[in-house]
Amino acid sequence: MSLLELDGVKVHFPIKKGVLFGRTVGHVYAVDGVSLKVEAGETYGLVGESGCGKTTLGRSVLRLVDITEGSVVLDGTDLAKLPGEEMRRFRRRLQMVFQDPLGSLNPRQNIESILSEGMVAHGIGKDQEERREKIKSILDKVGLPSNALSRYPHEFSGGQRQRIGIARALVLEPDVIICDEPVSALDVSVQAQVINLLEELQEELGLTYLVIAHDLAVVRHISDTIGVMYLGSLVEEAPSDALYAEPKHPYTKALMSAVPVPDPEVEDRRERILLTGDLPSPANPPSGCRFHTRCPWVQERCSTERPELRDVGGGHRVACHYADEIESGALKRTRPTDIEAVTETEGVVTEQPEGATEVSVALLPADSTTKPDPEVVKERVSSAVEARSDQTADAVVKDADAANPNASGKTSDETD
Amino acid sequence: MSVATKTDKIQRLAELAATKETATGASLWREAFRRLKHSKMAIIGAVIIALFIVLAIVGPYIAPYSPTAQTWRGEVFPNRGEFVGARGENWFGLDHLGRDLFSRFLVGARQTLLVGIVATTIGLIIGFVIGGLAGAFATLGGDTGKRIDSVIMRFIDIMLAMPSLLLAVSIAAVMGQSLTAVMIAVGVVQIPVFARLLRGSMLAQGTSDYVLAAQSLGLRKRRIVLSQVIPNSLSPVIVQATLSLATAIIEAAALSYLGLGNPDPAIPEWGVMLTQAQRFFDNAPMMAVYPAVGIIITALGFTLLGEAMREALDPKLRG
Repeated sequence: MSLLELDGVKVHFPIKKGVLFGRTVGHVYAVDGVSLKVEAGETYGLVGESGCGKTTLGRSVLRLVDITEGSVVLDGTDLAKLPGEEMRRFRRRLQMVFQDPLGSLNPRQNIESILSEGMVAHGIGKDQEERREKIKSILDKVGLPSNALSRYPHEFSGGQRQRIGIARALVLEPDVIICDEPVSALDVSVQAQVINLLEELQEELGLTYLVIAHDLAVVRHISDTIGVMYLGSLVEEAPSDALYAEPKHPYTKALMSAVPVPDPEVEDRRERILLTGDLPSPANPPSGCRFHTRCPWVQERCSTERPELRDVGGGHRVACHYADEIESGALKRTRPTDIEAVTETEGVVTEQPEGATEVSVALLPADSTTKPDPEVVKERVSSAVEARSDQTADAVVKDADAANPNASGKTSDETD
Repeated sequence: MSVATKTDKIQRLAELAATKETATGASLWREAFRRLKHSKMAIIGAVIIALFIVLAIVGPYIAPYSPTAQTWRGEVFPNRGEFVGARGENWFGLDHLGRDLFSRFLVGARQTLLVGIVATTIGLIIGFVIGGLAGAFATLGGDTGKRIDSVIMRFIDIMLAMPSLLLAVSIAAVMGQSLTAVMIAVGVVQIPVFARLLRGSMLAQGTSDYVLAAQSLGLRKRRIVLSQVIPNSLSPVIVQATLSLATAIIEAAALSYLGLGNPDPAIPEWGVMLTQAQRFFDNAPMMAVYPAVGIIITALGFTLLGEAMREALDPKLRG
């Protein structure tokens, strides 16, 4: 049995209208049926783009938002059904580290007061003296000097503030810590320090983490298992190495392909999947598979039938009807995803004459597998301009022609 | 590197370490006070207020004449209808009953300050309780709390819908002519301002991360409101209280001017003095100018201090 189990968790926020007696006119389906298990002593990483509901899911575990449906079971107790006061006492075992280190610390309390508040609420430590001793030992663990006690949050640097946030969670000796974007507000060098601190603390204290992040590198580094969220539900879940080695869900593939590879040759040759369109509104999610409006491999079945997470072996779960077919290459793409295809379409619809020259320059790196020939480039530029001028008034064509020799001259300079 | 500079360096580092060990943190309140001390506006305002308070305390003792002592009619209008202006023994001249205006001005300061402070305190306390309750219910009370907040705030809206002076006049009229009535009337008018301000400020703080953090720590709701939300919502209310003091003095003067003030002629007050001067404005405009200038300068003092406090407490200017 896992330490933390979420089963079919749904968090729907009502959209209300009216002043005194609010009438519910709809719901925002922030989290729409998420089931996952977090094993004791392990780290579960939750990734997804902004607005996919990962933060709401994290908050629902702590019941900071009301759970509409489903259960959150910690160590055999269903938190979703606990009455208020019992839930309050249970929060000692579940703590949270927030994204904004300064915003999550009360600016009018000093560090000692911030750190002892939770202990007072749960009756830990007989008197302030005892609590102070404990706080000092925790401060030492997270790498802060003990003279920090009488200082205020605004007197610390970003990384130190996040350490205070971690210390605040640690003083209550929790079983599970939910880290909501723990490092995204910090600069890169400090990110590493905080991530390493979290790992050290896990080893030392046997903590269990649920890490929410949008930074794929961070999540990969820290997680044992990773869940990918899209529009309120999990689309894929796998052990972290397996997920990075062979992502199976089209959304995960697109997400992974967005990470640049630090090798220019591989970077040039590898396939990139560019998604078209925006994240649909969670107040009006698409029917069937939530991803079908943007999926490059979309089929008819996808818009009617919502895929469940199914096991495809090795603890790899994916919510896609056609994951196997996509994997074997049996399914052809139904939408353009290639970087060149996307750029060219954009080039045709560009309104301004200067757009043509920009496109021609943009075409160069995309085509770099073959050696760029100045003649070919010239042809492309003029064809791009022609394609444009077909749709525009004469005056603009003149402008475009005037810009044309200039543009081809510039591009051939660059290619030489 | 020579040995001497090296030991120097070590010593300096040790000193630095020692200072850090003893240094205590600077709370936001203390920093705001430090900024306040460096603001010219605050200093001018504070000096004016201090003078006013001193005047209110010692005024009756330093007044050269009794504020109620009258003189013979012949002395009041020596040149048929002309008032006695400023002169050696009466710095501000005499009023229509031959009372010394300077003495009345000095003695009247106390009453004016009292009205301002008491009225503002009434408004602040009642407004704070109402606004605090509404804010607490709205931020942490869930759906039921939001409904309670909504009901409370509609009552406040009703109060706000009435023109403040009209409301004060009706309250004062119902309660009869007395100083208490003026204070309560002016205070009640301030209630919705404070209530709305505190509630709005609490709502803004209620969604902040540290309130969420306090909830996730397992703090009780009452504790969250008292130790997290309210301390961070106070600064606009404090600023408003300072600014309201000025308004309260002016409104009390307005009520006195309308004849709803203290009817007891033995206790002079700047607003009452202004009312009385009105009848003789053609012949003796200076009689109105003295109390008016007094009210204006005092109100200016409180406004300056209030504005300076707003700036000092603004977290965006923290540095």
